[in-house]
Amino acid sequence: MKKRLSYIAALLSGLIFGFGLILAGMANPAKVLAFLDITALWDPSLVLVMGGAIAVGFVAFKIAGKRTNSFLDLPMNIPTSRVIDKRLVIGALIFGIGWGLAGICPAPAFVLLGTGSIKGIVFLISMLVGMGILELIESRRK
Amino acid sequence: MTIDWNHFTPWSALAGGGLIGISVALLILVNGRVAGITGIIGGLFKPIKSDIAWRIAFTLGLVIAPILWLLLAPLPEITIDAGYKLLIVAGLIVGYGARLGSGCTSGHGVCGISRLSPRSIIATLAFMGTGFLTVFIVRHLLGWL
Repeated sequence: MKKRLSYIAALLSGLIFGFGLILAGMANPAKVLAFLDITALWDPSLVLVMGGAIAVGFVAFKIAGKRTNSFLDLPMNIPTSRVIDKRLVIGALIFGIGWGLAGICPAPAFVLLGTGSIKGIVFLISMLVGMGILELIESRRK
Repeated sequence: MTIDWNHFTPWSALAGGGLIGISVALLILVNGRVAGITGIIGGLFKPIKSDIAWRIAFTLGLVIAPILWLLLAPLPEITIDAGYKLLIVAGLIVGYGARLGSGCTSGHGVCGISRLSPRSIIATLAFMGTGFLTVFIVRHLLGWL
């Protein structure tokens, strides 16, 4: 029962996330690129999207941080690492380049799949391949 | 820097952001999980049996969101200017980089900053920086798009 409820919560969470992206215009790569294009006529909408999300998220994580288990009595999986290493910085720098090329990041890529956009699907597949390449390199190293 | 008042949508941006925040709150408070898409998908590459279904459920939610939206209202404009070759290259880079840096706009940009995580603040500054720079190079130096 608890398991089932947690799956429903995850589905709802994904659904609300997707609605939020669509409403905010963030499922539209052209709008994301209009934010990243600071030297042209600039569309700052993305700042408010992040601001709105962080305002709610901040309260949620304050509550979550005081609990050892979730409302469904599942363990709280909050990242604990505070190490700023090369891997983090280089990974983020690389991710930003790809984000700037197409205006698509991972969550909107899945929303684009649902819209049936062929270009979105092509991006999504190569994004998953990119993730797979990293996994492959990492597993060979071990 | 000049604000494009014709395309700036402050209210829908704030409201959409609020919804994303509610989604994040739901997942952490009910399931004890962080709504970082890169991490959620990444966990499916090395699947642990009891840890698969919620990841698929969340991702499915993202995919069916535009389909349910369409039942109520037409979808807002979605424009992808990049051609197929550029999309393939961009996708590979996004997937590789996000996984290497342990997060993307959702995991670091929204959830991480909500937790005031120093790692996520640095990561967000880093990917915003290269994002701005890439668009500047592609649009204004190379004139591709």
